[in-house]
Amino acid sequence: MKQLAVVSGKGGTGKTSVVASLAALARGVAVIADCDVDAPDLHLILHPQIRERREFFGIKRAVIDQQRCTKCMLCQDHCRFGAIADLKIDQLACEGCGVCKLVCPAQAVEMIDRLSGYAYISDTRYGPLVHAELLPGEEASGKLVAMVRELARDLASSLGLDLVLIDGSPGIGCPVIASLSGVDLALVVTEPTISAEHDLERILGVTDHFGIQSCVCINKYDLNPQTARHIEELCRARGTDVAAKLPFDPAVVEAMVKGVPVVELDRPISDLLRALWKRLREQLSR
Amino acid sequence: MIVSIASGKGGTGKTLVATSLAVSLPKAQLLDCDVEEPNAFLFFPNRKLLERSECQVPVPVIDMDRCVHCGSCSDACAFNALAALPQEVLVFPELCHGCGGCVLACPEKAIKEGRRTVGHIFRAISGDHDLVWGELRLGEARTTPLIRAVRERASPGIAIVDCPPGTSCSLVEAVRGTDFCLLVTEPTPFGLYDLDLALKVLAKMEIPRGVLVNKGGIGDSKVYEYLERRKIALLMEIPMSREIAELYSRGLILAEEIPAWRERFAALAEAIGEMIP
Repeated sequence: MKQLAVVSGKGGTGKTSVVASLAALARGVAVIADCDVDAPDLHLILHPQIRERREFFGIKRAVIDQQRCTKCMLCQDHCRFGAIADLKIDQLACEGCGVCKLVCPAQAVEMIDRLSGYAYISDTRYGPLVHAELLPGEEASGKLVAMVRELARDLASSLGLDLVLIDGSPGIGCPVIASLSGVDLALVVTEPTISAEHDLERILGVTDHFGIQSCVCINKYDLNPQTARHIEELCRARGTDVAAKLPFDPAVVEAMVKGVPVVELDRPISDLLRALWKRLREQLSR
Repeated sequence: MIVSIASGKGGTGKTLVATSLAVSLPKAQLLDCDVEEPNAFLFFPNRKLLERSECQVPVPVIDMDRCVHCGSCSDACAFNALAALPQEVLVFPELCHGCGGCVLACPEKAIKEGRRTVGHIFRAISGDHDLVWGELRLGEARTTPLIRAVRERASPGIAIVDCPPGTSCSLVEAVRGTDFCLLVTEPTPFGLYDLDLALKVLAKMEIPRGVLVNKGGIGDSKVYEYLERRKIALLMEIPMSREIAELYSRGLILAEEIPAWRERFAALAEAIGEMIP
């Protein structure tokens, strides 16, 4: 089984639109995993029928039993996250370390499991989709990404499917690292802006850091052909394949509004997406 | 006054708005809290760097001469950053939250805290604008200590905070304690879905908020219907325009290139000021 992750560094470069089209092209051979658990959008295109829901418990949270509390303030003094004020826990600041419980002489602090989100196993027209929902303001998105990926891998092996196709989140931090760890190939979707170019170099630094093979798709390349060329040169210099160059095409938003993968609209961009899929398959089979 | 600029979905135009808003207000400070992918400083090519410092977090250092391999440290660690094996204790620094729990839990006082660098904080000046940004070290997972370090450099007066995308801990850390949050969205299904998630976080945090729709004219009208239904203020609209997209792609600030936008952003700041209780 192979795992392909689509990431970007900068947000809004078109990851999810590309993944939705790859999912349509990979119909019947892949399990799709939406690992952008913070802001998952793939379901808006793939229209999953939910088959199974699993609860996700992220980190534990501290609760102070005011009856037992002797107001010694030790918990507040030891909390390094500023999560305790007036002996009350700010649930959005608490990182669940348990130091307050450790130092409390009156056993007034409990660490409780808290429901932080859900993972779903669903059917779509293109194959199984594993996706998730992180409840507002919850932490541990990396842990939920790991859960989604594990469910997707298990599903792929039980169904005998060869590929897990991962939609990642923007950035380079915890959820991105969780989306990338152990994949066979990372496709980085970028665009010709100075921001995206800067972010591309950082995300490629991260894939290098973890020894992950990567290739690049320059989306909306015609918005600034000069910067697009610059990105191509940058990729060539570091030996990274530019697997596709896609033009700015209003069909992408049109498809999003219709809730279908853009490849299905049968516009010029569809052929380019098919060529990208072919190229990715070649790279994965190496 | 600290105004945060957030979005939920990435690439809706947070940095476009944050840079334009900052340059439209005399002496406004710009804090870029998207420490994974900081971009705002790129729009100020004439910046003069004033500071580059390390953001350090505590990490356990184990004195193996004192360690009796009791396993108390790894039991106390909620983040699996310590593994007590029969002969040694493994430390996984990237997982450590620096809570100090292991130090407190060790009965032999065998654990001390060292420091490790997770990123850098930069401060620069460009014209009368103070710029601060953080840059997470490649391969590091936790963003919150660095975001906190950037936020700590907020000066009195007006500060604009450019936030990371998403809706989890990085966003929470960046918007915490700001006086107002302006959410930048686009009128597409993705933009609306993620806007709704971000608004839920802000409601939970009780931060006053309003919305700016960027790339107006693409997509559909559902974002506008949503805002009307929820009685959420639509404070500005920026139309989809090739000219604006090209300016952004070249690293130019909209409000500096097209003076009419400077006036609009100054008016936006005024409208925000009136919404802060």
